[in-house]
Amino acid sequence: MADTVLFEFLHTEMVKELWAPHLEPGRVGWKMSLSVLEGLGFRVGQALAERLPQETLAFREELDVLKFLCRDLWVAVFRKQMDGLRTNHQGTYVLQDHSFPLLVPMGSGPQYLEEAPKFLAFTCGLLCGALSTLGFQSQVTASVATLPACKFQVVIQKS
Amino acid sequence: MAMCIVVIAKENYPLYIRSTPTEYTLKFYYMVHTSLDVVDEISAMGKALVYQRELYLGLFYPTEDYKVYGYMTSSKVKFVMVVDSSNTALIFQKLHNSYTDVMCNPFYNPGDRIQSRAFDNTVTLMMIQVC
Repeated sequence: MADTVLFEFLHTEMVKELWAPHLEPGRVGWKMSLSVLEGLGFRVGQALAERLPQETLAFREELDVLKFLCRDLWVAVFRKQMDGLRTNHQGTYVLQDHSFPLLVPMGSGPQYLEEAPKFLAFTCGLLCGALSTLGFQSQVTASVATLPACKFQVVIQKS
Repeated sequence: MAMCIVVIAKENYPLYIRSTPTEYTLKFYYMVHTSLDVVDEISAMGKALVYQRELYLGLFYPTEDYKVYGYMTSSKVKFVMVVDSSNTALIFQKLHNSYTDVMCNPFYNPGDRIQSRAFDNTVTLMMIQVC
């Protein structure tokens, strides 16, 4: 069954395309491409968060929404659940994935560490978009210590 | 037979309004607008109740026999329906499905008025069913 890799291939091509040789050296082009990727993920996340919770009951609090992201959203997109969720109960959550499917093809260990953020931008946008549909403004950043494990830090903004 | 369906965004502005027959339109707008307060009340006290997402608002105007029904999705989008019959659960389900389809349309920006023909058709079908 090729389904599992379809999205991974598409994602890899997206990242490669946005980093095509027209990019000027320096951080300016880098930031633009990262925000384009995040924007893509954001819109996808908005639509997914509308479609996925259809049969479930309404969410009663923030933690329920985060659990929904870690379980249902992750399973729908990556076919596995998030490995860990930690919170300080004040709006900051750390989502840990020990073997993130979009990083697994790159190998394990410290070798491609600088390339990793490009492959996480879309997913950060995905989380941000899903949260925004479910009613929370947030900021999502990702960090990698060693491939393929990564952490997503979600900070919910109080309004 | 009269009927009105309104889709309201989470910031409480309307995304889609459709009513028949057309001379009652203003009255329906008014009813729907006042029903928003009830929706807010119910969702504010919702922390203690485990409600499913369907809320029944009950008779609003005792002089006329319209009933106003409300339904809120997990993205805080509300569907309000003014009608005088009562098989609303199914109608709301279908509305929700149609709305999700609209959301997934890449040419639709969340927050704009809904101009999708498919959604219009679904609503027309439902109005025909009821009236």
